[in-house]
Amino acid sequence: MKSQSLTYREALKTAISEAMRNDERVFLMGEDVGNYGGCYAVSKGLLDEFGAERIIDTPLSESGFVGAGIGAAIGGMRPIVEVMTVNFSLLALDQIVNNAATLRHMSGNQIGVPLVIRMATGAGKQLAAQHSHSLENWYAHVPGIKVLAPATVADARFMLSMALKDPDPIIIFEHVMLYNESAAIPQPEKCPDMHQALVRKDGTDISLITYGGSLSKTLQAASELEKQGISVEVVDLRCLRPLDTLTLYKSVEKTHRVLVVDEGWRTGSLAGEICALIAENCFWSLDAPPSRVCSKEVPIPYPQHLERAATPQVAEVVEAALKLLNRNVT
Amino acid sequence: MKTLTMPSFGADMAMGTIVKWNVKQGDLVSKGDIIASIETMKGLIDMEVFDDGSISTLLVSEGDEVEVGVPIAELQLKNENYSNNKPELKLENVSLDSGELDTSIDVNKTPVDDQILADKRILVTKDSQDQNVNRQNTQQPKISPAARSRAERLGIDWRLLSKGSGPDGAIVLDDINIPDEKSAEQVSDTVKDPSNMMRQAISATVSRSKREIPHYYLQLDIVLNNTINWLSDHNANLPPSKRILSNAVIYSAIARALTSFPAFNGFYRDGHFQPSESVHLGNAINLRQGGLMVAAIHDAQRLGLIELMEKITDQVSRARKGGLRMSEMQDATVTLSNMGDRGTDSIQSIIFPPQVAIFGIGRQREVPWVIDNTVNIATIVSVSLAADHRVSDGHSGARLLNKINKLLQTPEVLM
Repeated sequence: MKSQSLTYREALKTAISEAMRNDERVFLMGEDVGNYGGCYAVSKGLLDEFGAERIIDTPLSESGFVGAGIGAAIGGMRPIVEVMTVNFSLLALDQIVNNAATLRHMSGNQIGVPLVIRMATGAGKQLAAQHSHSLENWYAHVPGIKVLAPATVADARFMLSMALKDPDPIIIFEHVMLYNESAAIPQPEKCPDMHQALVRKDGTDISLITYGGSLSKTLQAASELEKQGISVEVVDLRCLRPLDTLTLYKSVEKTHRVLVVDEGWRTGSLAGEICALIAENCFWSLDAPPSRVCSKEVPIPYPQHLERAATPQVAEVVEAALKLLNRNVT
Repeated sequence: MKTLTMPSFGADMAMGTIVKWNVKQGDLVSKGDIIASIETMKGLIDMEVFDDGSISTLLVSEGDEVEVGVPIAELQLKNENYSNNKPELKLENVSLDSGELDTSIDVNKTPVDDQILADKRILVTKDSQDQNVNRQNTQQPKISPAARSRAERLGIDWRLLSKGSGPDGAIVLDDINIPDEKSAEQVSDTVKDPSNMMRQAISATVSRSKREIPHYYLQLDIVLNNTINWLSDHNANLPPSKRILSNAVIYSAIARALTSFPAFNGFYRDGHFQPSESVHLGNAINLRQGGLMVAAIHDAQRLGLIELMEKITDQVSRARKGGLRMSEMQDATVTLSNMGDRGTDSIQSIIFPPQVAIFGIGRQREVPWVIDNTVNIATIVSVSLAADHRVSDGHSGARLLNKINKLLQTPEVLM
């Protein structure tokens, strides 16, 4: 039975090695991806299979190796660049925002950057305030790049090949708490088009919209709420830019209530953008104010109890949903 | 430019038929002009215009039946500059925040965002409701956009609901009680059946009243001998059309008495009562085609008996023939339910929210009555009062009924 299941980490590795076998232009580079096997062990063993020319350990210089990835992509390669965490990716913001995202525009459509950047995101591993933040929304703000947040083993297994087919830069966010999640070996049908938001659970009373590492907490909250007789719909965004707004609107028009669960900080969050879109487009369907559960506005703390307190938890989601429904919080 | 929409003449109206246009394209109109006759379940009603201007387009032909809120004509306002200078005074502001109304002066001159109005999900009964809001400056209940949208699609006047079951007492979808709400097809079928619609509207109103208003009931048998004697003297040499009927004297006594008892005249909304300065006496008129209509006699406390009698006669006949004005259909501050000619001795009524009192008047009847230790024949009427215990107590209700009794013993003071 064990051989029938797959972890999120193994799914990513399978996806990378499959891509490298199918297309010789694909290579992986980043800090410690080779000899060490990746800081989250995603690329463990790949160096043996593909060699140092295609599994490249880079110096500790995000701006340098992301820039090199952009150059390789312009030159016809299909690089996968791993950045250890989204916090570190800030060192490469200039390359990502000023170069990767703009070159098709700046060159009058002469130059595209078919680059995939993978990075870890999120809290939960007690890695403190310089390794635990959720800055997905910073990238989702920028036109010219696409932002994916695989939240399931199936998405981890199959989104990469879709991303590699895209002619423009794509950032894939892997939440650190997902790497050890496992599921039955998924079939490709479990991962429809990467741009599509998916209804992970059908319901009629309230829509919980979420993505990435918050999906499993949100699904747990949904089953708590179901015990109290509330029919909950859970929507997984999957693609944070561009947003699949139609799926969101359809859900809200059915349930009339929306709660967005987002591990980013509340101010200027993706959750805020989704609430605004829903207020603009579904106003007459709303039976309660669009609401959010986000992280507290502090640097993510190191101690476990404070780390938990700072980030969205199941009980908090349940409580916020009950409040929207004007039901007693038990 | 202002879009005129099919007005709602009450919570139970879903559709209206333009029987006759009194104006054509290009006609100049002034505030108060009757521009159309509209056939509703309640009969023929005259539609007034609330602005000066000219009719630029008639969007609906005579004989067409349309839903409440559907645009029926475009009006070019006389002073379009006014509109252009005040774009911020949108329909939304006016209707949602009555606190701002003090500065808005005449909301009917407010420009209407054509796009918003064309979207019939919004405030279908704008004209009449803005007027109410302006006149009474009362707080509106909170309502979710979805509940508001459904209420207005179904022709339910949500402003009559004081409180809902949502957070902070907001009215939410569940409070707009139409079965099978999740099925759009079924809802539209429901809307299309006017009798069902009327039943549902009545059901929603009375259920809410009984659910939210703690009613108490009082009743007093009032001897009408003095009134009848005085009336027969007064009417002796008058042609039938000029005679005053005893009902008018009873109505007048109630209106006058209410001026000393403000806790029975006004609206209860958002957890507090707001008395009305004037008594707009809602006269529940039974329609021959079925159903009820409440027509307000404005400022009834100021009217002499002759004037009041004329108003009642005129209003009842217009209500039954058709031709009531929109302004008469607007919120009464208190209601009278007169079952007298239906032959029951008394009636205990259900308060029409957000009002706080309703009077029931039974039939006049002769009974043996003890006066000064002798049994005499007296004509009496049972006047009942159902009132909202959140606002008033039985003791003051009893005083109110006794005050009415006292006035009816000296009807000449009501002249």
